[in-house]
Amino acid sequence: MTNTLKSLLAGTAAIALTSTGALAVDLEFYFPVAVGGDAASVIEDLTQAYMDENPDVSINAVYTGSYADTTTRAITAARGGNAPQLAILLSTDMFAMIDEDIVLPWDDFVSEEELESWIGGFYPAFMRNSQTEGKTWGIPFQRSTPVLFWNKDAFAAAGLDADVAPETWDDLVEFGKALTIRDDAGNVTQWGVRFPSSGFPSWLYTGLVASNGQDALANEAGTEVYFNTPEAVGALEYLVSLAGEHEIMAPGILDWGATPRAFLDGESAIVWTTTGNLTNIRANATFDFGVGMLPANVRPGAPTGGGNFYLFDGASDEQLEAAVDFVKWATAPEQAADWSIATGYVAPREDTWDTTRMQEYAQEVPGALVAREQLQYAVPELSTFEGPRITQLLNDNIAAAIVGDKTPAQALADAQTAADAILAAYQ
Amino acid sequence: MTTHVRPHSAFQPDRLLFVIGAWLLALIWILPLAYAIWTAFHPSAYETRFTLLAPLTLENFQRAWNAAPFARYFLNTILLVTMVLTAQIVLCSLAAFAFARFEFPGKNILFALVLIQLLVMPDVLLVRNYATMRTLGLVDTILAIGLPYFASGFAIFLLRQTFKTIPRELDDAARVEGCSWLGLLWRVYIPLARPTMLAFGLVSVSHHWNNFIWPLIITSSVETRPLTVGLSIFATTDSGIEWSIITAATLITSAPLLIGFLLFQRQFVQSFMRAGVK
Amino acid sequence: MFRRDWLIAFTFLAPALILLFGFTHYPAIQTLIDSFWTTPRGRRPATFAGLGNYTRMLEDDIFRRAMINNAIYAAITIPTSVALALAMALFVQGRILGRGFLRMAYFTPTVLPLIAVANIWLFFYLPGFGLFEQLRSWAGFSPRNWIGTPDTALYAVTVVTIWSQAGFFMIFYLAALQTIPPSLRDAAAIEGCAPLTFFRRVTWPLIMPTTLFVSVNATINAFRTVDHIFVMTQGGPNNASMLLLYYIYEQGFRFWDTAYASALTVVMVTILALIGIGQFFLLDRKVHYR
Repeated sequence: MTNTLKSLLAGTAAIALTSTGALAVDLEFYFPVAVGGDAASVIEDLTQAYMDENPDVSINAVYTGSYADTTTRAITAARGGNAPQLAILLSTDMFAMIDEDIVLPWDDFVSEEELESWIGGFYPAFMRNSQTEGKTWGIPFQRSTPVLFWNKDAFAAAGLDADVAPETWDDLVEFGKALTIRDDAGNVTQWGVRFPSSGFPSWLYTGLVASNGQDALANEAGTEVYFNTPEAVGALEYLVSLAGEHEIMAPGILDWGATPRAFLDGESAIVWTTTGNLTNIRANATFDFGVGMLPANVRPGAPTGGGNFYLFDGASDEQLEAAVDFVKWATAPEQAADWSIATGYVAPREDTWDTTRMQEYAQEVPGALVAREQLQYAVPELSTFEGPRITQLLNDNIAAAIVGDKTPAQALADAQTAADAILAAYQ
Repeated sequence: MTTHVRPHSAFQPDRLLFVIGAWLLALIWILPLAYAIWTAFHPSAYETRFTLLAPLTLENFQRAWNAAPFARYFLNTILLVTMVLTAQIVLCSLAAFAFARFEFPGKNILFALVLIQLLVMPDVLLVRNYATMRTLGLVDTILAIGLPYFASGFAIFLLRQTFKTIPRELDDAARVEGCSWLGLLWRVYIPLARPTMLAFGLVSVSHHWNNFIWPLIITSSVETRPLTVGLSIFATTDSGIEWSIITAATLITSAPLLIGFLLFQRQFVQSFMRAGVK
Repeated sequence: MFRRDWLIAFTFLAPALILLFGFTHYPAIQTLIDSFWTTPRGRRPATFAGLGNYTRMLEDDIFRRAMINNAIYAAITIPTSVALALAMALFVQGRILGRGFLRMAYFTPTVLPLIAVANIWLFFYLPGFGLFEQLRSWAGFSPRNWIGTPDTALYAVTVVTIWSQAGFFMIFYLAALQTIPPSLRDAAAIEGCAPLTFFRRVTWPLIMPTTLFVSVNATINAFRTVDHIFVMTQGGPNNASMLLLYYIYEQGFRFWDTAYASALTVVMVTILALIGIGQFFLLDRKVHYR
């Protein structure tokens, strides 16, 4: 194309834009990146592709740091009267957003038919963290679930069947004992298991509680928590016993962010971590590895996690319409498949898995299917009013039990008492 | 006798301890940088293994460079620290001069109010300040990152102290020669306060070079974001920490300053010394 | 004449004071007011709480933990950073093997943003395969989880703070040491005055203003430097490394309890004011004395 032609076209486009000025819609969209540097460019490519298809809409996709940073940004901006129209925030932030009164339910902006075909098409496990009070507040997008990664070479070296993951709590202990290797001085050179406990141990712990037979740690309304049940106490006792009684895990708090490195370096033979690490581990592992479901006790169980799209109050009708349209487009099979493959997040809708790209990917990376299989056993992540505070209470008490400051029963009783006091205002 | 006589220049055990101490401390201090260099130039498998024969690579730099527009972030940070420092020097010199040389009603109360800002850090007041920026229409501008720091209580305090040590006779002489107050400030006070300004400048630049939370909140585009916010993209730990990329990004952004210091450290420290900062 | 002076003085003061009031005093007063109210949520407006937020603090174990931790943190970082800064300056002020390298080594933390370097320190401290563990196993000591056990977590982050600021303070000492006339040193040398005595009698008193300047900065930093907590421990395990500003951030920007965060801010500012006023009186006297 010649330069003259280009500028001519640009000029026409400019005229077209001014003449249809009333139709042009600007959207601001905050997104966090929780899986390393490349995901940001994938989101930017995604919004660019949408804008190419919809020249009337201009989306400013703002990378806003981690999930916590993004929530901070969104609430600060909303309180300052400058809310974005869209943001991806943790699914568990739902009650906080409702409590702040800064988000709108999606149901009001879609037709009856779409309620069924679009919102109804997401995995129910993901919707349990996205709906309350009979409304849908979040649209699942970058969702994850924890899985178990195991080092097949280490399994073979320990005389275990390299293709069999530990399926039960007892298996995990038994395998862990075989996999824990000590040198002559008695120092461990390879740990059997790593259950990271820095930052947000309550997430993985929810999986333990679920597999011990308890459905969720809170009710659907987000006003009650169940921390001191026998199932929850049993789960924490089991967790503490891994480093204590059984000595198959390193003592103290283990860092979340260093977990993939610990696995890749052979420091731990089995690790619990998010599916979001699949891409990283696949790219860097120098050994054969397997991906399995979290081990079961009474039943299999795992939490869901990750982020949803939220629609913010304070936008014009045109903006709301455009925002809803963009999210529908972004969660459509082709786009969701691209996103899932690029990041390792679990595709949130059944129809995504029917695309040829996704099927090819699943064939190439069987581990990706494990997360999908596990969704049928999944329970919602802990989510209540005053969510971050309640979760922090539980995190602190789990940490106290892990480092031996409190017994598991005492820690959970303390967490229950404190949480009850906070939630009393919402009951 | 020459001035270069040193009583302990011979091979003495305490001199040896002195040198060993200096080197030990330096090696500890440079360890994070050494690790950053090691990790950035090797494949990620060597993040935790230190073997001499590890293969070298530039891939980490390439990935870090592609992941974010660091050149732009670097420019933004440079603009930010220059703007903040210039504004601080101008505004705070004027205010300090008024406090040091004028008598006016409410002087002590106003000075006490200035001192409060030494302690009440703008970082803590960010919800309120965000709302103010919104009212001013300054959200997502480099100006907004710097504005709350322009009037620095610390700078006013330091400059006032320095100005007070300048003999009054100098004022009178200049005034007699028909010098205006501004002229006096510019020709006499500011040159004499250069050491203080240099010391304060270092504190200011280092603070704003590293400031994180406020810029994170107030910026939302590539054109305004400073380095720290750009770097934090790699520091999110919801998934694994990739040290090789983090260190490569850190080196890219710090290299200009580090190399600058290495090349010009003699001149830098000497000019600092010649200015006689105390 | 006096009136004209006032006008000039206020003209000089105006730009700085307007910005000061706009971005410090006005929001600070709002913070004080907020601390007497409950946190407004979208659905529940704020109600007057009186001293409710302050009485709550008295029963708040984590607040007490944060206060104790911050006291320990300040008590270690301030003197250690100042002493190390002075030692560094003494090391590199004169002729010494590899002076350029030493200076750069001490200065590196100043140009490496803490938010990024915290990840490197995190690696150093990791149990099992972290750098210190590798050195430890080579030296034959027993394993430790530095940031993952309550006994050591606070000290582990304290070390990072000292590392991040000592080299920066060194610059000020270097400059101050240079102002000591070489003739004094030579005279002392001729009279056979031991270096330690010279330091105690001459150097130390002469660099006192710098020590005060550096101490003020170190004190402010002891309450302000929490960037690495975000990356390394998030205040854990079980609040063992919780510091006041991080707690304020957590209450204000993670729990969105702005009223309680405001009350905590008021407490922190009061503490700083008490420490600060003492130091500034000293600094002020010293400068006047000269």
